[in-house]
Amino acid sequence: MDEMEKTILDYVIEEYIEDEDEDEEIGLDSPLISSGIVDSFSMVSLKTFLERKYKISIPDDKATPEAFDTVRKIGKVVREIIG
Amino acid sequence: MSNMGDYEAAYRDFDWEQAKGMLGYKDGDPINIGYYCSDRICEQGKGDKLALIWEGFKGEVKKYTFDELRVNSNTYAAFLRSIGVEAGDRICIFMDKIPDLYFSFLGILKIGAIAQPLFSAFGEEALFTRMENAESSVILTTKKHFRKVRRIKDKLPALKHIIVVDNDELKFQERESAFILEKADKVEKFDSLSTELESPSVLHYTSGTTGQPKGALHVHGSLLCQYMTSKWALDLRDDDIYWCTADPGWVTGTSYGIIGPWSLGVTQVVYDGGFSSAKWYRILQDYKVSVWYTAPTAIRLLMKDGTELVKQFDLKKLRHMCSVGEPLNPEGVLWGEKAFGMPFYDTYWQTETGAIVITNFPGMEIRRGSMGKPFPGIEAVVLDLETHEVITEPKKVGLIALKPGWPSMMREYWNNPEIYKSKFINGWYITGDRSSIDKDGYFWFVGRDDDVINTGGHLVGPFEIESALLEHESVAEAAAIGKPDPVNMEVVKVFVALKPGFEPSDDLELSIMNFVRKRLSPLAMPQEIEFMEKLPKTRSGKIMRRLLKAKEWGEEIGDTSTLEDD
Repeated sequence: MDEMEKTILDYVIEEYIEDEDEDEEIGLDSPLISSGIVDSFSMVSLKTFLERKYKISIPDDKATPEAFDTVRKIGKVVREIIG
Repeated sequence: MSNMGDYEAAYRDFDWEQAKGMLGYKDGDPINIGYYCSDRICEQGKGDKLALIWEGFKGEVKKYTFDELRVNSNTYAAFLRSIGVEAGDRICIFMDKIPDLYFSFLGILKIGAIAQPLFSAFGEEALFTRMENAESSVILTTKKHFRKVRRIKDKLPALKHIIVVDNDELKFQERESAFILEKADKVEKFDSLSTELESPSVLHYTSGTTGQPKGALHVHGSLLCQYMTSKWALDLRDDDIYWCTADPGWVTGTSYGIIGPWSLGVTQVVYDGGFSSAKWYRILQDYKVSVWYTAPTAIRLLMKDGTELVKQFDLKKLRHMCSVGEPLNPEGVLWGEKAFGMPFYDTYWQTETGAIVITNFPGMEIRRGSMGKPFPGIEAVVLDLETHEVITEPKKVGLIALKPGWPSMMREYWNNPEIYKSKFINGWYITGDRSSIDKDGYFWFVGRDDDVINTGGHLVGPFEIESALLEHESVAEAAAIGKPDPVNMEVVKVFVALKPGFEPSDDLELSIMNFVRKRLSPLAMPQEIEFMEKLPKTRSGKIMRRLLKAKEWGEEIGDTSTLEDD
């Protein structure tokens, strides 16, 4: 897990996980959107966080439920935009 | 041929007395939704038929027959009675779409208590508002959501029991305990309370422009509407496999995700996971879903992924698709035809109406973008916006109004008689929605008549959002409006004036967004925040939300004579 992935994972755990016991179960490849942990509405705050943190703009066609479904996939989207 | 047959004949000849006969109900008999959805189906010889096919987000699958549904709901009913629950008590269900939700819902109804389902994504404030108003005495929840309840329990003196249904190893404190269905003695025989047509059954909270959400109370007699509309509008038949994608925290998830289909003895699929186009198509395929009831927001998300993806799945069992929550745009109907070879049938109703009241019927010509026509037994008109007289002129926009008297109409707003009374004018129930009617009787939705925000098919009240915003340490003034959105119809946009010492920043914006999301729900979270020096107000100091909304929508700003001078 690289630094960016760790930052995103920490944010997801901090902001979206209600049950503390689930913290340890969430990893790089845990489904977020398709599991319901992060719903499509909350995805906006996750996207906003990434945009502010990494000073980027994520176009809507890159911020799909599939592309945001795991921390690893999110990291890939961010890295592609940063270039 | 559809279940209903010819619409014009059905509309002309049908009245709700006939529904009683079709359901097998005689005046004076008890009518209990819990019994009708489980015991009665078993008495019809369908005890071994599957009632529920459940899949969790990790892929685990559980299946229950109608007999298991009967026994499991009996077991919940007996447990609740054993802890002192009585008829009329409000019992909250606060959990994801797990099987216990469905069993406990019917169990609550079997003992004549009032089921109060709450959306599991609600934050503490949203939860508190609804439980305080209803003076709920019990909440059934899961370990995942338990802590939210614990944090507010001291402010809820009427709450006697917090019951966790999936974990009995937590360190419980006062008023907290566990009930694990798998470990309980199964209750084979339980006599449902002999509730009547007018006995209260379900309490769903819904948002208005002003004040906190209001609890629309329904009765056991609402079953007549849910049964008939499931039969004629959803066209459900005995051999169907039916999937309603709605969460029972909202009225669609109970009226059509529990009551309607099970009163017909139809097998239901429940998927307790989030949205993914491929996953949803896989559910339709794997469980051979034949009737599907979903929402425009989901349809628009599916559209984004194109028709190629649909074609990768074998969906030949699918024969009827319906949509609810907000008007389905013509593109959505058309896309249904392209992707699935059949249109989506738009249905219109509200929490307050308890069941579908205006809809497109199978077998009837669909006019893309139209809401359809009134359900048989429903008298629907549009009223002049000023005089509230019935409009007879085609295509003239007015308020959608319904003649009271259909069985699933709400009977009151809980603890709020004044607001309830205000919903009726000149003998009509006023829906708060605007539409026109064409010369052939099709209704065409125009929009809300108030400031309520319809996001992803759910109504969110601006007052509730503004109240939450004012609790944020930085916010001095706030106004919430709906902003047009291509997927969700509207999303929440807020205007905020900050307290001295706070400056707009990226971090602050994110902090406000997450604050509202956690206190209320993801639906209520602002998707956009506009910081202002101060918000426009009337001379009496009331924030002019209307003006902000008109600017956002590019509409005429209208009369600003009451606007405060700078």
